[in-house]
Amino acid sequence: MTPNAQPTAPCTPVSKPRDAADCAVTAMVEPMVRFQGVVKRFGAHTVIDGLDLAIARGEKLALIGPSGSGKTTVLRMLMTLERLDAGVIWVDGEPLTQVQRHGKTVPADSAHLRRVRGKIGMVFQQFNLFPHMTALKNCMEAPITVLGLSRREAEERAVDLLAMVGLADKKHHYPNQLSGGQQQRVAIARALAMRPKVMLFDEVTSALDPELVGEVLNVIRKLGAEHDLTMLMVTHQMGFAKEFADRIALFHGGKIEEDGPPATFFTNPRSERTRQFLRAVLEGT
Amino acid sequence: MLWEWSYALEVLPPLLRAAAITVEATLLSFAIAASLGLALAVLRMLGPMFAWPLSIFIEFVRSTPLLIQMFFLYFVLPQFGVTLDGLTVGVLTIGVHYATFCAEVYRTGLENIPRGQWEAAVALNLGVFTTFKDVILPQAIPPVVPALGNYLIGIFKATPLLSVVAVLELMGTAKILGSESYRYVEPITLVGLFFLIMSLVSATAIRAVERMLNRRTVG
Amino acid sequence: MGARSIIGMLVGAIGLLAWFSTLERFRAFMPVLLHGAETTLRITAIASVLAFAFAIIAALARLYGLLPIRWLARVYIEMFRGTSLLVQLFWLYFVLPEFGMSLAPFTVAVLALSLNTGAYGAEVVRAAIEAVPSGQWEASTAVNMTRTQALRRIILPQALILMIPPWGNLFIELLKATALVSLITIPDLTFRALELNSITLKTIDIFTLVLLIYLTISLMLTIIMRGLEGAASRGLARGRVH
Ligand SMILES: Nc1ncnc2c1ncn2[C@@H]1O[C@H](COP(=O)(O)OP(=O)(O)OP(=O)(O)O)[C@@H](O)[C@H]1O
Ligand SMILES: [Mg+2]
Repeated sequence: MTPNAQPTAPCTPVSKPRDAADCAVTAMVEPMVRFQGVVKRFGAHTVIDGLDLAIARGEKLALIGPSGSGKTTVLRMLMTLERLDAGVIWVDGEPLTQVQRHGKTVPADSAHLRRVRGKIGMVFQQFNLFPHMTALKNCMEAPITVLGLSRREAEERAVDLLAMVGLADKKHHYPNQLSGGQQQRVAIARALAMRPKVMLFDEVTSALDPELVGEVLNVIRKLGAEHDLTMLMVTHQMGFAKEFADRIALFHGGKIEEDGPPATFFTNPRSERTRQFLRAVLEGT
Repeated sequence: MLWEWSYALEVLPPLLRAAAITVEATLLSFAIAASLGLALAVLRMLGPMFAWPLSIFIEFVRSTPLLIQMFFLYFVLPQFGVTLDGLTVGVLTIGVHYATFCAEVYRTGLENIPRGQWEAAVALNLGVFTTFKDVILPQAIPPVVPALGNYLIGIFKATPLLSVVAVLELMGTAKILGSESYRYVEPITLVGLFFLIMSLVSATAIRAVERMLNRRTVG
Repeated sequence: MGARSIIGMLVGAIGLLAWFSTLERFRAFMPVLLHGAETTLRITAIASVLAFAFAIIAALARLYGLLPIRWLARVYIEMFRGTSLLVQLFWLYFVLPEFGMSLAPFTVAVLALSLNTGAYGAEVVRAAIEAVPSGQWEASTAVNMTRTQALRRIILPQALILMIPPWGNLFIELLKATALVSLITIPDLTFRALELNSITLKTIDIFTLVLLIYLTISLMLTIIMRGLEGAASRGLARGRVH
């Protein structure tokens, strides 16, 4: 069982706080992201089965687990790329896909979705850069069209971010003129240009040649050191997870099998499944 | 009322008789297109001696209007002492025109055959003819059947052109009926409906064939 | 055919035409036929632009419209793909006036050609939009674009590049199909040829010239579209796309 198994209702539109003081206290400890009884099915196949998981502000959580266990699905639901079949996802104290209207909980309209989604950024396994735009344009497009920044402001922001990921000299390159590692770093800059509070990384290095993995991980390290972003990453890089994450969660059968700080998670796992998984993974490397 | 049912019913029998000619012309043209197209595609593979002139011929036929080609043959063949009726000339022209399109379809089918198949045929010491007949074509043709089917529908929709060389197919008949009674609404609309129904039915049939072929290759 | 062979054929066709026009037996025909070719080109150009517009609108309506609009788009596409162009042309020419809508023959010609090509084009546009990887939609959502923004800024620009080759074929088919407008009295290249033929009976001469002129225009269209295709894919790599 996880420590997050019995969620208390956060201070949100869905459940009204009993009084203001109560709310103030809850807000202090309120997680950045909370999955509450989330269920996701593909046809008859239940992929996420009543997931309860809370991620604190600024926390760096690494999700690990066997292939097909639903890790990607968790991130995609949080990014609103998949619908939930049951449960609630809370982001920054607000339900992501529902709103309270006339005392009833109803599916959120697109305005609400867009407002909450604005707090989340995602980096994909296959980069998904816009191939018809330069690195710079990739990072400027959404800040201009979505946030309404001026071209100047957007460009300043994009140039800074590209410098941060070490690609200042590649800003006029198109994606197909960049290596996989460079593309992935542009993708990180593109997500950061929207100033998200939560960043999702889905196996961002698994499509890369081994020698390019390091440069992308270094960017993520730097991000972790310089920003107080909340990060949720799916990874198969156990070494990186151990060194970088505040907490590791093993996913199995649509639920969290076990989670804990890296120190105890790797050296002293409680569950037999975790032990098996770690043995299998570490043997492979 | 603009649409007169009595007149529509009156023109229906002659239109249905004409539809038989349309269908006949379609099938004959397709038979020419499918077989000549295959010949063109195979000949083109037999070396640059054939490939060059055939490519020019194919590009030429594909790049010029079917209507002009039909007129050309219709007017010119008699000058060489070949007198054919409109239907024959029309069917020949449509057949040759669409053969150049079918040739391209066959070519993709042929190009998708792995080299290993040719090499295996050489290793077994099969002759060129046997290789094509027993090894290559049986693999190359089934996958392109749906694409050929689309050209069957294309040919079907090209048959109204036959009316310009005095064939009384659907469109020509409808026009004559219209000019006799000064009412074009019913005959031409009925012709349109006929084409629509036949096209939709054939498109459904082609999709069914496609699914069948997919199942065969997957399963 | 490779680009080089196409250019070779084009040079050959133009060379033949130039040579023929110096010969006495062809000289009288050339001005008349070129006059007709001008009409053919004008109709092709106008109908191409309209067809492209119809295709984009119909494809977007079919993919993203409200249910009734979606159905309307499907009916349009199926109707014009399912019937013959000549039937459509004659329907607009002979039947529409009986509904009290008498259009000029030129309008009828352009309308029939563009509606017909637009219906085929709609399927091309749809296929191209659907061929853009779904990751592009997802990345657009992840940076919080609306569907409309994603479509306009991310998906369509990529789809446009994918649809250049099939549109090249459609434009050639359109050019060839313009020959049909001679049957509703538009004085295009084919019309002029038939006219000259009935006066002079020099069938071989006239039709040889006409075929060469159509071939020349077709090959030029092919070369233009190939150039566009090359420029677009190079643009993705180097220069600007838009
Ligand atoms: N769109 C979909 N339709 C049907 N089933 C799906 C779909 N997406 C995912 N699944 C199924 O859901 C399960 C979980 O998939 P998910 O991609 O979340 O796994 P994962 O843990 O990320 O695996 P991996 O480590 O291989 O990336 C798998 O069994 C998968 O087959
Ligand atoms: Mg995954």
